[in-house]
Amino acid sequence: MTRYLFPFLAALVLASSARAQLTIDITTAGGRQIPVAVMPLAGEDTQPQAISPVVGADLARTGLFRLVNTVGISPLPTEPSEVNFADWTGRTAEALVIGKVDKLPDGRVEVRFRLFDVAKQSQLASYSYVVQPAQLRATAHRIADVIYERLTGDKGVFSTKVTYVVKRGTRYELQVSDADGFNAQTVLASNEPIISPAWSPDGSRLAYVSFDQKKPIVVVQNLAQGTTKIVAGFRGNNSAPAWSPDGNQLAVALSKDGLTQIYRVSPAGGEAQRLTDSSGIDTQPAFSPDGQWIAFTSDRGGTPQVYRMPAAGGPATRLTFEGSYNVGPRYSPDGKSIAFVQRDASRYRIALLELATGQVTVVTDGTLDDSPTFAPNGKMILYEAQTGGRGQLAAVSTDGRVRQRLASAAGDVRDPAWGPMPTN
Amino acid sequence: MYKTALSLAIATVLAACSSTDAKKDVPVTDLSSNTQKPVPTQASNTTGITSPNVGGNPLVDPNNILFKRSVYFDFDSNAVKDEFRPVVQAHSKFMTSDKRDAKIRIEGNCDERGSREYNLALGQRRAEAVKKVMTVLGVQDGRIETVSFGEEKPASAGHDESAWQQNRRADIKYPGE
Repeated sequence: MTRYLFPFLAALVLASSARAQLTIDITTAGGRQIPVAVMPLAGEDTQPQAISPVVGADLARTGLFRLVNTVGISPLPTEPSEVNFADWTGRTAEALVIGKVDKLPDGRVEVRFRLFDVAKQSQLASYSYVVQPAQLRATAHRIADVIYERLTGDKGVFSTKVTYVVKRGTRYELQVSDADGFNAQTVLASNEPIISPAWSPDGSRLAYVSFDQKKPIVVVQNLAQGTTKIVAGFRGNNSAPAWSPDGNQLAVALSKDGLTQIYRVSPAGGEAQRLTDSSGIDTQPAFSPDGQWIAFTSDRGGTPQVYRMPAAGGPATRLTFEGSYNVGPRYSPDGKSIAFVQRDASRYRIALLELATGQVTVVTDGTLDDSPTFAPNGKMILYEAQTGGRGQLAAVSTDGRVRQRLASAAGDVRDPAWGPMPTN
Repeated sequence: MYKTALSLAIATVLAACSSTDAKKDVPVTDLSSNTQKPVPTQASNTTGITSPNVGGNPLVDPNNILFKRSVYFDFDSNAVKDEFRPVVQAHSKFMTSDKRDAKIRIEGNCDERGSREYNLALGQRRAEAVKKVMTVLGVQDGRIETVSFGEEKPASAGHDESAWQQNRRADIKYPGE
């Protein structure tokens, strides 16, 4: 019943930059790639950040696009009337991006871009953004989001953020970066472990587990203000925070009454309300996107398996049956599937459970994979791939076709969590 | 940049392998010495818990059984094995005679295999298992807090069974430790 998705892979390494914390190495397994030409935007070379290289790298990183050579097209077309479509059919491009960047008298910059369907010789999108020069990179991600959505029908996630923990020697840093690994910021540093970061649904706060008090406690940190609040610091262990979709509560795993069980707490702190009452371990809660269910790990049946219960507590239903170790469930954004960690022989890999059919598909091929986290468009799963005791981040498309390995020179990178879609 | 990261990773693996030469199949209770086989705990001094050495504090006297704080576990198990019962018994006796006011913490740990958060819960169950033995021996429940570090604080940094064996443990910690 379990399917494996490890087809033949072709590799592509993207150019790295000194400012990227993570170098992204992509492999794609066949399938059709959309050939797209991203022309340099006229005037972008006079700006602190060029637009087109960022747009091109965003699109290429998905594995769904092939970048068409744009060398030798002169002058740069900036208006529809200046496009010679014969140039692009000759280069087998199906889509074309052109545009320009203009300085405004007040110091801001106007970025215009247009997306064309080459075969139909028609314009698919035309946008203009007026931004500060410091926002040019973010603007490039927004342009890539528009192109991705027009050409694939799915929302782009290039403007999202990710968080992860970097371990350097005995030092732990909780970092937040752009989805492409740029602009990494350390939001918390400690000489004690930091694990299990989780984004609030609006992206304004992170919940995580701190060991600063020589034991695990759950903390919520406001990212803009830097303020922290202990939301679960009860006797024993406090861990595995998961936000409800409305952001009004957190499910956590506490051992205050003995073995680890699942409780509900407020992001403002206060008492904990117990949700499970089993004779085993219940942990790793995850809310369904509609807020109706909590999936979790329990070994009440003898081996750790994924279960589901109503979000307010109540009878639990077992969801995984193959194998003796299925833990750490995470709902897909559409609520139709659950990613989890499955042990097979002595290997730990990420698997996907389709809830409607019960079909389980193993989507990674590592030896110690952990902490799956869905992109907010549901198309990719980011996870921790440990080899030789060193954690690195990796990502795989939910159809198994595209794989990314995000290498960091920084150290041991672990426990990723993909942030929500930005609220514009 | 990617190549640099890769070579660093390889260097890390090599360093990790060369740093572990602990004996296989024997739970190593004395981490300060790799040459000495662990002394069977039955042969240890279980009565002299008020040894005059080291300022009279048996907890820091290497010749006293109370110096031993760790209980080691089999893979996927939270059973307190017979060979570690004397250590737990000695601490229970100490808690009910000499240190009647002390509150202790038992810290559970796991090896690195498996999911981080589930390991945290498994380590907690190991700590609970040691606590259960101690409460049966008369230590009041409220004097023992069980916590877990999961796989976050390995005693050995290696990535093989000899290292993992040292990392599947529960440590008894007194105030200030």
